[in-house]
Amino acid sequence: MRSPKLLRHAWAVASKDLLVEFRSRTAILSAAVFVVLVLVVFNFGRDPTAISNVDLAPSILWVTFTFAAILALNRAFQLELENQALDGLLLAPIERSSIYLGKLIANLVFVAGVELIGLPLFALFFNVPVLPYLLPLIALIALATVGFVAVGTLFSAMTVRTRFAELLLPVLLLPFMIPPLSWAVLATGRLFAGRPLSEIAGWLNMLAVYDIVFVTLALLLFPATVNE
Amino acid sequence: MLRAEGLRHSFGAVRALDDVSFSVQPGQTLAVFGPNGAGKTTLLKVLAGLIQPQRGRAQVDGGRRAIGWIGHQPQLYGQLTVRENLRFWASLYNVPESEFLLRKDSLLVRLGLQDHEHRRVSELSRGLVQRAAIARALIHDPRVLLLDEPFTGLDRMAAEELRELLSEDAAEGRASVLVTHNVDEGAALSTHIAFMRAGRFAHFAPRAGRGPEQVGEDYRNAIA
Repeated sequence: MRSPKLLRHAWAVASKDLLVEFRSRTAILSAAVFVVLVLVVFNFGRDPTAISNVDLAPSILWVTFTFAAILALNRAFQLELENQALDGLLLAPIERSSIYLGKLIANLVFVAGVELIGLPLFALFFNVPVLPYLLPLIALIALATVGFVAVGTLFSAMTVRTRFAELLLPVLLLPFMIPPLSWAVLATGRLFAGRPLSEIAGWLNMLAVYDIVFVTLALLLFPATVNE
Repeated sequence: MLRAEGLRHSFGAVRALDDVSFSVQPGQTLAVFGPNGAGKTTLLKVLAGLIQPQRGRAQVDGGRRAIGWIGHQPQLYGQLTVRENLRFWASLYNVPESEFLLRKDSLLVRLGLQDHEHRRVSELSRGLVQRAAIARALIHDPRVLLLDEPFTGLDRMAAEELRELLSEDAAEGRASVLVTHNVDEGAALSTHIAFMRAGRFAHFAPRAGRGPEQVGEDYRNAIA
């Protein structure tokens, strides 16, 4: 009985967040504009003769996705402070981990939307062969995104009531993002270089383990982070 | 129905609750009056389970499912309509769809919101938002109502309607704890009165026919 209720409440929170975002479009627009601007700046702010696209592109792709995701994560719990809705959520007879799970689902959908906008633009600007490796690239992006959004959603809850939440979130989050980010950059580089898929299997496995560990930890720690 | 035993809680060096004990039975309304910083909101948050007291315990029969909260902040999402907000909160309280529709329609009519059901909360006046907040708090038919300065921002008519609604609910057996610094507004609703100062109950007794003026005088004497 416990799991269906947990999932139902999580879905209620997630669909509410997505509806609020769909109506306001504040965060998705700012993240999309940010992605476009970063890609334009990197496109023109590099010397194409110094480093080849294939070598440079993976880092640019992941730096862009990372900072766009932080924009989204900052907003995740901010909207619960409006009219003190967070107190209402904490008062409701639901498991607190369902609030976390709902926020995680909404953030994943949101970041996936930003990545969906960013990936074609990235392929266009940097002229890298995305289509031949689309499926493994999507799997790689999905696994890396789940990891850093899981940690980011937890830290977003921890920092939301602090005075410098927007500054504190990246300061706390970025050290935890280094492992999945570096594995994702290395694996993306191998994909773009046309190496066999077996070469990136190890990084995909490590990303999957990172996801399982940090989603589980975040689910366990979240109730303590929102207590007054 | 609702019991508090020896509640103590401090924020750093500030003691917000200091050995507070009382009980409220079905149909009773306890009005807690006190100046700013007396610990009134902390008391409500402890009763609601939002704050764990450092000592003592608070118990509400039926747990969190049985509690409704009306504060001076509406706990509504501005980008959602009144109906969408009510549906969201009802889903967290596992209210079945058929029951939700009945309760929603009844509350919207009682609160004069039937013409605003499909409007976004951000488009409503302060008074209408507060009415929607009352509907949110009652959508799961709570047996205990916790009210934190519920009359803030309400015009005279809306405040009168809220008083009527709370009186009707008390007659149906709902227990309420109301905290406010406004003696006139709270006294008429209450069956019991408490005056709070520096985290302690300086006075706790049945209202026993005292009118707002008498309660106001007793309050000034107790708090002075």
